[in-house]
Amino acid sequence: MKRRRISTGLAVLALVALPGAIGYRGTEATQMAGQPAAKKTLDSKFVERGNYLVSAMGCHDCHTPWKVGPKGPEPDMTRALTGHPADMVMPPPPKLPEGPWIALMAATNTAWAGPWGVSFTANLTPDPETGLGKWTDEMFITAMRTGRHEGKGRPILPPMPWSMYRNLNDEDLRSIFAYLQSLKPVHNRVPQPIDPPEAGR
Amino acid sequence: MNRTVRRAAGGALAAWLLAVGLQASRRPAGDVPADPAQPPRLLSATGLYIAGRVGEVDPRNRQFTPQYPLWTDGLTKRRWIQLPDGATIDGRAEQAWNFPVGTRIWKEFARGQQPVETRMLWKATAEGWVFASYVWNADGSDATLAPDDGIVGVAEVAPGRRHSIPSKSDCVACHGAPAKANPLGFTALQLSTDRDPGAIHGEPLAAHMVTTRTLIEDGLLTGARTDMLTNPPRIQTGSPLTRSVLGYLSANCAMCHNGNGEIAALGPVIRVADLVTDGDAVARTLVGQRTRWQVPGEADGESVLVHEGAPERSAIYVRMRSRSPSSQMPPLGTTVRDQVAVDTIARWISIELMRAH
Repeated sequence: MKRRRISTGLAVLALVALPGAIGYRGTEATQMAGQPAAKKTLDSKFVERGNYLVSAMGCHDCHTPWKVGPKGPEPDMTRALTGHPADMVMPPPPKLPEGPWIALMAATNTAWAGPWGVSFTANLTPDPETGLGKWTDEMFITAMRTGRHEGKGRPILPPMPWSMYRNLNDEDLRSIFAYLQSLKPVHNRVPQPIDPPEAGR
Repeated sequence: MNRTVRRAAGGALAAWLLAVGLQASRRPAGDVPADPAQPPRLLSATGLYIAGRVGEVDPRNRQFTPQYPLWTDGLTKRRWIQLPDGATIDGRAEQAWNFPVGTRIWKEFARGQQPVETRMLWKATAEGWVFASYVWNADGSDATLAPDDGIVGVAEVAPGRRHSIPSKSDCVACHGAPAKANPLGFTALQLSTDRDPGAIHGEPLAAHMVTTRTLIEDGLLTGARTDMLTNPPRIQTGSPLTRSVLGYLSANCAMCHNGNGEIAALGPVIRVADLVTDGDAVARTLVGQRTRWQVPGEADGESVLVHEGAPERSAIYVRMRSRSPSSQMPPLGTTVRDQVAVDTIARWISIELMRAH
């Protein structure tokens, strides 16, 4: 990994080194919505374990926007798990030169650009219009198992490591979902992913 | 938690690398149960063909063609069903026929005369269906069972666009979990004797093919309503164009958007039971219905499925027209736009719906 300096400006991107020959598959950050979520009864045991798993498995790394703290960039926990900020409009990603550099990320670590296009990390709070408020645990489990948005839709894009999480058992996935549903809903409409030009229309 | 750019970027990078690596490793998913029965490794062993004569369909297998075909990038299809000897389909629930254990259904995809893939749905046990996809050898001598993760890009279907063999999870995405799955093209509406002459990409119905009439007359469908043949299933609308459009949506969208399953609360609801009762009412529900997907140019949160008179402002049209992975509909099984359907739905939105007022 080659170290690059990241400015505090939100539009500044950091380069990430990757072997050029690496293939990729699939998708995304999410943009969700819907109507008010039904009131759910959450089992505290599941919520507690979900909190543990979310904290230990790096969910905040991408789904919580980074800010610059006294020791450098760090997750801004006042915006925990709210995904890419809707008011942070990203400019088109700069073109990378030929070579092994193939991906870019925003200073918030919530927007990524690469061969798959541009992906934005999802709002995981239970806001019914812009988060997971209308999702069910079954939908969440299916999405993690299939790598498809809402379990049936478009592919979930890099850098979301769903193919690692799909090996979690049902109880762990259900726990993660229970914890996410226990959060305070935050209205933050994450942009739709942007396909690479060659994807066609 | 990482506090430096280097460590944090490294963590995200590692996560992606792990994702890529694990995808390649095809590890089984956590709690996904093993198949109740394993399909044969070769298509020739599934019972589709006469033993030892690949390509010659066993006469016990009856050919059928749904009146509203699913779009698969222009590939031509042939379909057959085999019911176990003496067994019948329970047709008491008209929208959810119950097939006997042992039922096998095949669908062959071909480009021109060259078969590319053949899929099999096999009700192997009372617990549910087995999904299997077979990839044809280059010389057409047989087809081999595809891996669970499918195969990307087995055949070119248009310049720069290739057909992929679906993964098992893709099979489940459309057909549902094995225990709840049902064949999508073998239903009362799809096999109705009242066929839609305006069906988009409708295929000719040959005399030897299965319909609700042949099923009833041959004693293969039991429990169906007594007026099934005098009052056959039909999308109820006074407009031939609306009938055609709703038929297309029922085959290409309603496998997911039917008000059931995981995404019941999220999208449009196109139920066949509603279409055959009052199709116009279903069409009206689509007009002005908010969608979470943002139509380009529309105000935040203001996008609708169908904007009367304006296809470009209608999510259904924009997403049907797209073949970009993040926006296209359907989201899987196609990489080539169905231009005939896109033009038809544009005409429906811009003219027919306006005329209805």
